[in-house]
Amino acid sequence: MDPDASGGWRFAQCFGDKGEVEDITEGEPSPLDPAPVPAMRAASPSVPHLGTIRLYGQYLATGDKGGRVVLFERNDMKKSCEYKFYTEFQSHEPEFDYLKSLEIEEKINKIRWCRRQNSAHFLLSTNDKTIKLWKVFEKSLRVVSESNMSDGQRALPPPALKQHLRLPRMQHQDNIIAAVPRKVYSNAHAYHIHSIAVNSDQETYISADDLRVNLWNLNISDQSFNIVDIKPANMEELTEVITAAEFHPTQCNVFMYSSSKSNIKLADMRDSALCDKHAKLFEEEEDPTNRSFFSEIISSISDVKFSHDGRYILARDYLSLKIWDVNMESRPVKTIQIHDHLRGKLCDLYENDCIFDKFECTWSGDDKNVLTGSYHNYLRIFDSETLNDIVLQADKSAFKAKKMGGPLPGNKQLGAKNGIKPGLKDAMQLETLDFNKKILHTSWHPRENTIAIAATNNLFLYSAA
Amino acid sequence: MDPALGVEEVAPIALLMDELRSEDVQLRLNAIHRVSTIALALGPDRAREELIPFLQDSVDDEDEVLLALADELGKNFEEYIGGNDHAHVLLGPLENLSAVEETLVRDKAAESITKIAAVLSPQQIEQYYIPLLNRLSHGEWFTSRTSSAALYAPVYAKVSPAVQDELRKGFAALGADDTPMVRRAAAKWLGAFAKNLSKQHVLSDGLTIYRRLQSDDQDSVRLLTVEDLVAIAQQLSPAEVKEQLLKQIRQSVTDKSWRVRYMAANNFNALSEAVGVELVREELVNHYVQLLKDNEAEVRTAAAGQIPGFSKLLEPEVVIARIVPYVRELCQDSSQHVRAALANQITGLAPLLGHAPTIEHLLQLFLHLLKDEFPEVRLNIISKLEQVNEVIGIQLLADNLLPAIVELAEDKSWRVRQAIIEYIPLLATQLGRVFFDEQLANLCMSWLGDTVYSIREAATINLKKLTEVFSVEWARTQIVPKVVNMGSHPNYLYRMTTVQAIGTIAPSLDIDIIRNEIIDALLHLATDPIPNIRFNVAKSLEIVATTYGKTPEGKELAQSKIVPALEELKADQDADVRYFATIASQRTLATIEG
Repeated sequence: MDPDASGGWRFAQCFGDKGEVEDITEGEPSPLDPAPVPAMRAASPSVPHLGTIRLYGQYLATGDKGGRVVLFERNDMKKSCEYKFYTEFQSHEPEFDYLKSLEIEEKINKIRWCRRQNSAHFLLSTNDKTIKLWKVFEKSLRVVSESNMSDGQRALPPPALKQHLRLPRMQHQDNIIAAVPRKVYSNAHAYHIHSIAVNSDQETYISADDLRVNLWNLNISDQSFNIVDIKPANMEELTEVITAAEFHPTQCNVFMYSSSKSNIKLADMRDSALCDKHAKLFEEEEDPTNRSFFSEIISSISDVKFSHDGRYILARDYLSLKIWDVNMESRPVKTIQIHDHLRGKLCDLYENDCIFDKFECTWSGDDKNVLTGSYHNYLRIFDSETLNDIVLQADKSAFKAKKMGGPLPGNKQLGAKNGIKPGLKDAMQLETLDFNKKILHTSWHPRENTIAIAATNNLFLYSAA
Repeated sequence: MDPALGVEEVAPIALLMDELRSEDVQLRLNAIHRVSTIALALGPDRAREELIPFLQDSVDDEDEVLLALADELGKNFEEYIGGNDHAHVLLGPLENLSAVEETLVRDKAAESITKIAAVLSPQQIEQYYIPLLNRLSHGEWFTSRTSSAALYAPVYAKVSPAVQDELRKGFAALGADDTPMVRRAAAKWLGAFAKNLSKQHVLSDGLTIYRRLQSDDQDSVRLLTVEDLVAIAQQLSPAEVKEQLLKQIRQSVTDKSWRVRYMAANNFNALSEAVGVELVREELVNHYVQLLKDNEAEVRTAAAGQIPGFSKLLEPEVVIARIVPYVRELCQDSSQHVRAALANQITGLAPLLGHAPTIEHLLQLFLHLLKDEFPEVRLNIISKLEQVNEVIGIQLLADNLLPAIVELAEDKSWRVRQAIIEYIPLLATQLGRVFFDEQLANLCMSWLGDTVYSIREAATINLKKLTEVFSVEWARTQIVPKVVNMGSHPNYLYRMTTVQAIGTIAPSLDIDIIRNEIIDALLHLATDPIPNIRFNVAKSLEIVATTYGKTPEGKELAQSKIVPALEELKADQDADVRYFATIASQRTLATIEG
């Protein structure tokens, strides 16, 4: 029996606009300590919606609506889980496509870390149209202190004898973290890019928009190969779009893409250059009794992820999470309702467009748990075997609880019968939900139980022992 | 070195040295490109003791600067630092360059290290090079490990057997590295490394490394092993290949990944030559046929490219029985790229099969490809007809192929017509003059009256090339009268073609033809009612005058006819005509007077 219904999950940190809530971070005794994150302070009320987040072990990357990428680094000085600001840079700028008379937003849709190859970090970031490969590295700033023509302050006459020739001497000034775009992969997508995924061979990656998937070599920015194209000859016959794409974690030839028609296709790049013929199709027949006007919308898959061992696929649609076994196409091994209580409110959600929200989903580093978000800043973690679950709420109540030193709110009112159902779970169903507060983007540390949650303008970190 | 270098020589070098650390990338790049000048000015001792450590400290620069540095250090730079005895000093900066993340820089650094390895003494190698190789091979980041793979082969032959043992172990470790990039590098360089191994070690070590890589999980590693397979097979006798490599050969050509099969198809000839005729006949033919009918178009394209080369290794009967049926299928392939590759190679079969079989089996295919809907396919076949000509003779070729060519020449798509026109000079050389006059001459002239400007333009260029092929005399009787005749056509576009054709072909003719047959027609057009024609006349006159104005007859012609005509055009009522006439007149005068 787990007495703590939060499953040992504790709020660790929050970055960003905190409103009236004082800033609290693990191990920061003074609640009035200025914000630990310079970038966030500078940008505060205007911190736009986070577009994506990506935890990569000791580092965490966030991309926001303003085209900015902020990186955080694990603070190794602290025993507890704490990240500190590392660097930030403007990844994308707003552009205008004159040919199509379209504005191209700078919003970062996806960030993917590349495997480290030297002391620098590499990451791919993308907005709707252009993917960029960024190199982030520590650079020592040096200035010339002495040279043939100058002694640092004054200009010198050129030396008259070759014996007096000397090489410029440099003086170390400062270390800065620099971010430079190494490659810019543009003009390959006619529609909006929503996914990028790096291959396990670390040489190639795919990018996917609504109708196509392209394969790139990381070193070659001026050409890509179209490997999936579902665009019908006549756009009026369009019935389906691609919603997400991922590479298999270990098999370099396998990738999957999900569609708005509630199916996931697994393709093998070995078969042919164009992967229009999928190798496997994961699709569950819809229960005809549940059919309604919204069926098609809510069954659209918003995110798919391979488990780290590549055996399972996690897929999120509007109301549920499904876990598929790669070896069984007929039905999912698990179906988890995330917020079934919304089923009665679909009309409202359609009216306010929330029904089109794209929730992401994540496996834990050990594949034992899965994580996804909901409304009112709720997020849920499920044990992928037993489906025991934990509900957390990423909002200011988290720091309040922390300040009082108590457990997370809701935990007091345990649904005492089985000791597992936390109060938040009930609250989640009863409360009037704020549909503007939603947890779309989540990320799980690859090796430990630390999760990063994007809650509109805030970045929350939770950890469990 | 002149010790008394004056101020005026020292100052620019001082500036150049300062530019090594300039803020401006372009200046740094420039300075790096001239780093040998700096080294020369400093003298060998200072270059070695100051410049090289300085450069070694420069690796956090822009990639293009690093690339230039890696390149410069490989250009016999040891001459500037005291000769081969000190060449190992250069390894320092190059080692650092081998670890940067830009592949181009690393490759260039490895290339330069390889060059330096060639001048190092065995002692230097053991003392400096081998430790460097060990450091790179065990580098923390994969970048240095990938670079190291290229550096085993250059020194292997120069070191003692004990060190050779270590090198083989080191290379094997790279082949089993955790990172796919390193294994890819190992796969890429295994062939070169294996070439240095003794046969015994190829069998013991080389094959082990190869087999490990050939069964790698990563497609991108496996596809690189095809070239290793060729290199290793070359080291072995056919019997050994059969015993040791047959399984791997089968695996590579039937790999599940089309990219690996593509590499196998692309290297099929090299592989076949390496394994020997016997194995080709009993084993590889079957695999090759499989590749020809692979379900991936890229693979079929690559396989089609190897047809004549592979068929050379077979008996003609076998080619007819085994290969030709699939060639026939490829002619109908759904992918234009496959057909284009086939069209490029299929004629190579004609000399292998000989006269009668070519007519029997191939001629129909040529005709089929000539009528292909994609221009590239047709062009590829036309450009290789010469080979067929040699086998079946011009008459037969002409009888069968010319109708197809003529048909294309009148194709309704002007781009197809244009493509054919561009191949006419080539056909002309292949077919010969008599034949050409009979069959194609009229066609060439008819293009001059084409409704599309680009075709008319291409037609005039074609005439010029034909003149070069068939001699000026031919042009005088075949081309000139027809061109001149068009000058009196009622439609001004035809007259324009005449003017432009004269401008184009004039330089390929001679002064007699110009004087006797062309100039009057041209001058007549100088009074044409259309201004466009008049100023084009001015341009053509300029060409005639500047081409021939240096010869006495040309000078005479220019003075008596061209200059007065241009003078008249200079007073034309149309501004454009006056403008071009003025320019033409100036250049004409400059030519005949200069």
